[in-house]
Amino acid sequence: MNAKTIAEKVLSYHSGRDVSAGETVFCGIDLMMAHDANGPMAIKAFENMNGGKVFDPSKIVMIMDHACPAPYERAANLHMLMREFSRQQEVLLIECGEGVCHQLVMERGLVKPGDLVIGTDSHTCTYGAMGVFSTGVGATDMGVAFLTGRNWFKVPDTIRINLNGELKPHCSAKDVILYVIGRLGAKKANYKAIEFYGEYLERCTDADRMTIANMVVEMGAKTGFTCYSGLGIEAGKSASYCEVIDIDLEKITPGIAKPHTVDNYSPVSEIEGLAFNQAFIGSCTNGRIEDLRTAASILRGKRIADGVRLMVVPASKSIMMKAFEEEILTDLLNAGAVLFTPGCGACVGTHGGVPGDGEIVLSTANRNFKGRMGNNKAFIYLASPATVAVSALHGVITDPSCIDI
Amino acid sequence: MKVLAKALKYGDDINTDLIIAGKYTKTINKKELALHAMEDIDPDFTDKAKEGVFVVAGSNFGCGSSREQAPTALKEAGVLCIAAKSFARIFYRNAINIGLTLVECDTSSIADGDVLEYEVGSETVKNVTTGKKTRIVALPEIMVDILLAGGVVNYYREKQY
Repeated sequence: MNAKTIAEKVLSYHSGRDVSAGETVFCGIDLMMAHDANGPMAIKAFENMNGGKVFDPSKIVMIMDHACPAPYERAANLHMLMREFSRQQEVLLIECGEGVCHQLVMERGLVKPGDLVIGTDSHTCTYGAMGVFSTGVGATDMGVAFLTGRNWFKVPDTIRINLNGELKPHCSAKDVILYVIGRLGAKKANYKAIEFYGEYLERCTDADRMTIANMVVEMGAKTGFTCYSGLGIEAGKSASYCEVIDIDLEKITPGIAKPHTVDNYSPVSEIEGLAFNQAFIGSCTNGRIEDLRTAASILRGKRIADGVRLMVVPASKSIMMKAFEEEILTDLLNAGAVLFTPGCGACVGTHGGVPGDGEIVLSTANRNFKGRMGNNKAFIYLASPATVAVSALHGVITDPSCIDI
Repeated sequence: MKVLAKALKYGDDINTDLIIAGKYTKTINKKELALHAMEDIDPDFTDKAKEGVFVVAGSNFGCGSSREQAPTALKEAGVLCIAAKSFARIFYRNAINIGLTLVECDTSSIADGDVLEYEVGSETVKNVTTGKKTRIVALPEIMVDILLAGGVVNYYREKQY
């Protein structure tokens, strides 16, 4: 195991043999997570295989987060299908309003370092922040796993990314990952795993590491690990990497991904002054208590600019309740924010903040594809919570370096 | 299993939101998904595809979401095969799983409207219009078997796994 990457170690443990990058292996899976956007199709695939009973109900969790509360009858009926399946199969079901699946899986301790996890969502890679080999799959792959408890995996090559030096004040984990994606491009890590290293990862918070792991799929990666002393699993000393990339954190400034691809990077300073219509603070990337605290520290006692709307969607109900306790939500609501049910609706374009034709959205989420938020004539920019909050205050895109911290 | 169809050509980084927007995915009715396939990139797509087509694209086809509705919408709209320089990982698995044939090859010499021929499991794709044969990245045996079975659901049924 001394020569193995984290991905090779996890897939070796789970396939029961010593495997290396390039091999294809069948593995037992520790947790299968299905949400309301793709879970119903997974249930149908399972039934089409003459499913009967699932392989192990204790390893499945169904989470409703993509269309919650149901915005129309079709979504409501799919929720009914999930409830019925969960009841019949005695599978844990997490209801509408509890939060975004990835936040819930981590918050509720459903995974541990070294686990192998699949989810019907591309951002399942978030659990790499906790040393989990976690990856997104489609509905049919999930149906197969429901039935057999297993699935096949190609053992990925791993890219090592060293985050060197100190990050400047006003910069956050979001600025780091947007910069990395901008530099490497949307397909750099296709089919591959990533291991991030650096002193920065020792000092930053769990929330920061989750933000970084969350977005590795935007470079195509299968999974990504934010390696630090508390990760719970480490690569072998002589692990071999297909590529080693050095990133100088000192060079990073607050950054932004411009429409319509996540790798369309620019420093915020280069597009300062651009007027926009809607700000969004939320998602599995940046909807945590730390993000809401940052936004509240900027907006407390102030009002967002006329003509700008601010949507705030905590990533989970427990984050929302904590934010009420800390009076952060009171600050944000007083500043003009609109609060929506914890979940994915706004980010994925189901409901709760669909922009109008030609409107510009400044968002803390992870994806800015055309049509992403429910309108293909809108323009989405991705940035950190600090950039979004300070920009909402000014009504134009603003570099947060101007604020006192 | 042979695919013979006309090429509809698109560019690089055709993402899952362009293939089918998230707002249309809340259904398990495949025909409904097909109605909205590629509508943000080619509003006439469903008309063009219904006769049975070969979608041809550049690199990173299908990047983004894990939504299986993306390959499903294309297949139901009439797409018989997709040829691209590269595919995003999750889309690739999803397509094979639902029995939608994928070909990874250099697509730069293929023009919109060319007629293409591909036998599942073979090593080349033939451009019938120009006569040119292009070598493809070979599919692993298990994927050929899954495609020949019509997808992983049928594959498991047949294998009684």
